[in-house]
Amino acid sequence: MIEFSAVTKRYPGGYEALKSVNLTIADGDLLFITGHSGAGKSTLLKLLPVIERATSGSVIVNGQNVSAMRPAAIPYLRRNIGQIFQDQKLLYDRSVFDNVMLPLSVTGVPFKDGAKRARAALDKVGLLTREKANPIALSGGEQQRLAIARAIVNRPSIIIADEPTSNLDADYAAEIIDLFVAFHQVGVTLVIATHDESAVSRAAARATVRSVQLRSGELVA
Amino acid sequence: MKAWLTLHWMAFLGTVAKLAVTPFATLLNVLVIGVALALPAGAYTLLVNLQQAVRNVSSDPEFSAFLALDVKKDEVADLDRRLRALPGVARVEFRSREAALAEFRQHPSMGDVIAALDKNPLPDAFIVRLTDTNAEDLDRLAEKVRGWANVEHVQVDSAWVRRVAAAVGLGRVAVLILAGLLSVALLAVTFNTIRLQILTQREEIAVSKLLGATNGTIRRPFYYFGALLGVLGGGAALGIVYGAFYLLNHSVAQFAALYASDFRLGALPPEDMASILGFAAALGLAGAWLSVSQHLREFEPR
Repeated sequence: MIEFSAVTKRYPGGYEALKSVNLTIADGDLLFITGHSGAGKSTLLKLLPVIERATSGSVIVNGQNVSAMRPAAIPYLRRNIGQIFQDQKLLYDRSVFDNVMLPLSVTGVPFKDGAKRARAALDKVGLLTREKANPIALSGGEQQRLAIARAIVNRPSIIIADEPTSNLDADYAAEIIDLFVAFHQVGVTLVIATHDESAVSRAAARATVRSVQLRSGELVA
Repeated sequence: MKAWLTLHWMAFLGTVAKLAVTPFATLLNVLVIGVALALPAGAYTLLVNLQQAVRNVSSDPEFSAFLALDVKKDEVADLDRRLRALPGVARVEFRSREAALAEFRQHPSMGDVIAALDKNPLPDAFIVRLTDTNAEDLDRLAEKVRGWANVEHVQVDSAWVRRVAAAVGLGRVAVLILAGLLSVALLAVTFNTIRLQILTQREEIAVSKLLGATNGTIRRPFYYFGALLGVLGGGAALGIVYGAFYLLNHSVAQFAALYASDFRLGALPPEDMASILGFAAALGLAGAWLSVSQHLREFEPR
């Protein structure tokens, strides 16, 4: 369960990205946050793994107020949240396989166990045959699927994705949405920020989705 | 526990791999540290050698009084009595000129020289030992005896030993200062090397933190890197010192032969070598710690 209560985020300089947002997300929800760029979608997502801290209000994730979380506890929170970043943040100095291994190797999973899980994640997104390739050699859609494989390799109970279908062809975007629907069907909580209406409607055609809209930092629906 | 060991093992392997991937840069870094440490390590080893050499030479508080060649038997007995009557004298030993000559004959390189002489050139002598080691008392008594009749020459044997001991003490302080200054240089070298690494690995560090790496996990490879760099540098320093001494020993042997000595520059005892390696590792670790603490702050959430 995720609960935003009167959450305000003010950046240095006074810009208010979020204005007193209240939002409850139940376990297993497939939630789309829509809105124009600059509406505060990315900021809202960044509050969950504490990449940013709320200026006021509380962000409760599984019973913990993560806005007030001490720095030493944050890594353990992040291991339970699969993150798909707008700029993907893939590492181009290593193979597809090593990119997926990264969340495991930084948490001390022995290589053998980790390799098994990494290959399972790559298999799920259809990249098992490309594990030795460098991410730079992948298409845009494949890179996005690689980012998803890395996000799910720790088997998180929550997945957040920031504009996962932007810059993708309609076919690739559809593949990505279908993957998210598949995760939703096995009980994962998904929070997806997007301005792509067709993505939302494709998901809605296959599963029960929730959708909220942000406008200038305020929740309107 | 298993995860923790795995993290340590992977950090260590990663560090070794990192050092091996850039062999030339690693070699240069190791050499810089090695040369910087070789100076104090070499000076220290030299001091240890010198100290050992000095220790073999007596530094007892004694002086020798050489008598005139034409001294009479009863005059010798008189001198013996007067020497024993001096305050603070523990022992008076008479060495006759015949005994001295016999001793010289024993010496392999001196035998021929002595045989060529038609009369004994050596004087009778007294060796006077004092009860306490006070250098001023020794000098004062020696000065007094020097004024006596029939006493040709008084030599205070321990004087130069004391001078060498004082010089070694001075050298010890100089080595400490040198080591202190060069430690700062070593700290700076590791600090900068690791700063560069953090900069080139910024992206990996940032992504790792986002994916749930603890600060410890991020820091660990850099600590290993600093410590390993220190150990390798310390090893290089010991190698440089050993090599230099090996080259020097040829000349030292020739020089020592002039004094009928078989003195050689020896290696440091193993515990001193271990201390130097440990010290270098600690310095590398400290440099890494400083660097990492300085540069990892920017990755914290706002």
